Amino acid sequence: MQKEYTNIAEIAGPIMIVEGVSGAKYDELVEIELPGGEIRRGRVLEVDRDKAVIQLFEAAQGLNLRQSRVRFLGKVMELGVSEDMLGRVFDGAGRPIDGGPQIIPEKKLPISGEPLNPYSRDYPNEFIQTGISVIDGLNTLVRGQKLPIFSGSGLPHNRIAAQIARQAKVLGEAEEFSVVFGAMGITFEEANFFITDLRKTGALERAVMFINLADDPVIERITTPRLVLTCAEYLAFERDMHVLVILTDMTNYAEALREVSAARKEVPGRRGYPGYMYTDLSTIYERAGRIKGKKGSITQMPILTMPQDDKTHPIPDLTGYITEGQLFLSRELHRKGIYPPFDVLPCLSRLKDKGIGPGKTREDHAGVLNQLYAAYARGVDVREMAAILGEAALSKLDRIYMKFADEFERRFIQQGEYEDRTIIETLTIGWELLSMLPRGELKRVRDEFIEKYLPKGVEEPVTA
Amino acid sequence: MALGRIVKVAGPLVVAEGLTDAKMYDVVRVGKERLVGEVIVLDGDLASIQVYEETSGLGPGDPVEGTGEPLSVELGPGLIGSIYDGIQRPLEAIQARWGAYIRRGVEAPALNRALKWRFTPTAKKGDFVSEGDIIGTVQETTLVLHKIMIPPGISGTLEEIRSGEFTVDEPIAIVRDAQGKRYEIKLMQRWPVRKARPYREKLPSEELLTTGQRIIDTLFPIAKGGTACVPGPFGSGKTVIQHQLAKWADADIIVFVGCGERGNEMTDVLMEFPELEDPKTGEPLMKRTVLIANTSNMPVAAREASVYTGITIAEYFRDMGYSVALMADSTSRWAEAMREISGRLEEMPGEEGYPAYLGSRIADFYARAGRVVCLGKPERQGSLSAIGAVSPPGGDLSEPVTQNTLRLVKVFWGLDDKLAYRRHFPAINWLTSYSLYKEDLAPYFERQVGPEWNELSREFMKLLQIEAELEEIVRLVGVEALSPSDRLKLEVARSIREDYLMQSAFDDIDTYTSLKKQLRMMQLIKAFYDLGQQALDQGVDIHKIIELPVRERIAKAKFIPESEFEDRWREIMAELRESFEHLMARTGGAYAERVH
Repeated sequence: MQKEYTNIAEIAGPIMIVEGVSGAKYDELVEIELPGGEIRRGRVLEVDRDKAVIQLFEAAQGLNLRQSRVRFLGKVMELGVSEDMLGRVFDGAGRPIDGGPQIIPEKKLPISGEPLNPYSRDYPNEFIQTGISVIDGLNTLVRGQKLPIFSGSGLPHNRIAAQIARQAKVLGEAEEFSVVFGAMGITFEEANFFITDLRKTGALERAVMFINLADDPVIERITTPRLVLTCAEYLAFERDMHVLVILTDMTNYAEALREVSAARKEVPGRRGYPGYMYTDLSTIYERAGRIKGKKGSITQMPILTMPQDDKTHPIPDLTGYITEGQLFLSRELHRKGIYPPFDVLPCLSRLKDKGIGPGKTREDHAGVLNQLYAAYARGVDVREMAAILGEAALSKLDRIYMKFADEFERRFIQQGEYEDRTIIETLTIGWELLSMLPRGELKRVRDEFIEKYLPKGVEEPVTA
Repeated sequence: MALGRIVKVAGPLVVAEGLTDAKMYDVVRVGKERLVGEVIVLDGDLASIQVYEETSGLGPGDPVEGTGEPLSVELGPGLIGSIYDGIQRPLEAIQARWGAYIRRGVEAPALNRALKWRFTPTAKKGDFVSEGDIIGTVQETTLVLHKIMIPPGISGTLEEIRSGEFTVDEPIAIVRDAQGKRYEIKLMQRWPVRKARPYREKLPSEELLTTGQRIIDTLFPIAKGGTACVPGPFGSGKTVIQHQLAKWADADIIVFVGCGERGNEMTDVLMEFPELEDPKTGEPLMKRTVLIANTSNMPVAAREASVYTGITIAEYFRDMGYSVALMADSTSRWAEAMREISGRLEEMPGEEGYPAYLGSRIADFYARAGRVVCLGKPERQGSLSAIGAVSPPGGDLSEPVTQNTLRLVKVFWGLDDKLAYRRHFPAINWLTSYSLYKEDLAPYFERQVGPEWNELSREFMKLLQIEAELEEIVRLVGVEALSPSDRLKLEVARSIREDYLMQSAFDDIDTYTSLKKQLRMMQLIKAFYDLGQQALDQGVDIHKIIELPVRERIAKAKFIPESEFEDRWREIMAELRESFEHLMARTGGAYAERVH
């Protein structure tokens, strides 16, 4: 039986200090028994001689200095995992909330995970078709990648994430994704949307959900993504599944992190977030990938809402430095009624080059992608210029580019929420759009592909 | 060694008491698992230790043991082609023994102790040798002849030297010094990472580090032994540039330090380099590369050390007389590791929470680059070029890491996310970037590719500058309001940007351009400009010039393989002249003078 301590010296927000402790270890799990017998958990953040600083995983409500009892468990926090978790819904601390029975764990895994040896990683290069043109055609997702959606309040990131969860597949293979879903501080409506959507399409059986709602304890949000990833690692690397992890909303996670840091009176970094936030976020995001010799994979799609749509805010900024690209949503396109409102220009998938090309998508993919990007960028520029100078001041070529930009948004970006385009359909739309431009402008595509794929019989447009 | 006891654990920082004979920067072994740590503060009886591994499970009372030695690396045959973590633990061996995840307390020697290397002596018994002298060689890979040197601090008479096959820790020679003390020389030596390896003399840089990247070689070249930094917001292509340099730079040895970056990127290097061929020798690039990988999720203190580990290995190869290029991706993560440790030490923070000594640490790092006369015989020169990526938060270059770096490096490749958004790669902004080696290297270019190079490079820069000014006007009054000669300049500048500076790292041919081909490509664009000006003088309509079909061939010249380039170039040049003659003939003007 462990020793129990009753000399809690201080409780401030998520931090508790216990004195007179002997034998406490850094990072070990702590149980706190409330006077009523209820158990709360926490972990040791710092031990200084006989003083232990404890970070609570759950709310501090009801704790008091005199009667609460603290036990040090001599192990780190673990999650009991089993295949029976598929189809179940848990709260942010890992307790079932769907009315079903407790999980009988097959094994227990430490939730913080261990760093993957870079030598053991297998390079992600299998194309995942999401059925969304902007992703498949321009910012291709591959198995084992971490690709976040940078969104803003009020934008339809959840609908897009649900569409991806529904449609994602690897070409030529029958196997399907299982989805592990982690919600941090989202509203009941949002959580309900995901549960209902997954249930409706039958995907819930293949999904595990960990849900911390906006009115659940803030501090649990620090644990939630780690539970999600521990579960995902188990399914991927011990049960050979291809797991898609959706984490929403990472902004709430970072805010919880800041709260703990502030409570410890640490020297703050930018905007009050702790200086170690980069390292901390990386211990979440880097848990995506593939391992040599294992069949399964973890693909991560974290969602975060940028405060004031500002991408230089520390949360999107640090995320962008760790993840392998990012997908931006645009308020402007959303207002224009375009779904999915991807802000195409700053979007990027760093791993796309390994996932496209002959044998994976099609030989002309890279060229088409670059050409569409360049043309759309120019079109957007011209549109801005036209707003100042008026269309009359534009050259003929510029006018073509402006028209291209409009058509690109209308036909390529815009698609239905239940429209599942194949990569070939996406590329065909791309070529149709490129045929609007004079041929001399198609500098990024090799001639042989122009011959082969550029729609014939279209009238050669006027040059500048 | 006195045994200490832990009194405090806070993340990667451990405070111990009782380490009475500990010195600053000594390596200590912490806890029952003997985790590697380094003493960074001594205060009375207390020693603060940064621990290079995850500290979960450590607590007050656990033992701490001093080793009396500073953090050192092993230098010898077996480095090339290896991948190490931040404190030189071999990741390949760790995987073989412990599986895919890096457990705590794992230990494996950096250099394989079982492997035998064929040692060929070049010195003989009775020779007087001193520090840095080469006494023999080991053919480490087909690309690298590993020279075995007398370690710094040793000199005397070679009492014995053997030839044959040896492991790295078997003696291959015995040196007796003036006092009669005998030293065993092995294939391997050790060196503390925080101390620069000695050399005889530093020299100014005068030779180009050819990179095959057009914007770099042509506009912002880096010299062998030079320093450069690549700052840019996320998604602007820092890592791709670093990878391109690691692949194509014409250094003898490449040391690539992945410092706090993505795991998958290191995997990419690991999988790609063995397949890529060195353009000079046709051998796999991995045979000249050493990798240090301390990814963002690996322990933060080891990230702090990784940069030093990398540069010490680089210096060791420099001492053999090689040109070495070191890439550190990213120095910002290294600085953040310093900040994190400093915060745990509760030091008074400087700017943005970084420690006040940030500037001097960055300076120490870049000062270890340079072209030098190496210690010892035979007389030889080596160079170490250092290229650091910087990841400024929010792309804001006024932040401390960028500013401290800019004070030291001589080449600045400023990445621009606006260029990246329109898929202009490499997204090096030609208006903000600079290279202070350009003047120093002018004679080199003149010798290697001809005097025209420097002229063309200046002319290109000027046109890009003019373009920026003209664009301001266009934004106000529209392009049709410009004079024909200004329109031509805009068109030529656009051609420089799109047809020359833009270069695809993922195209088999475009990924590397030799200096010769770079010159030829520049000549095409320049010829179009000169002929265009003549045509305008003769009254040819600017639109006719802009619409010339031969321009598409100029644009696609970058995709022509090096082997065919000379022939194709002549064809394009001829077609270019013909097109213009045709235009001018139609306007009735006299034929233009031949241009170049």
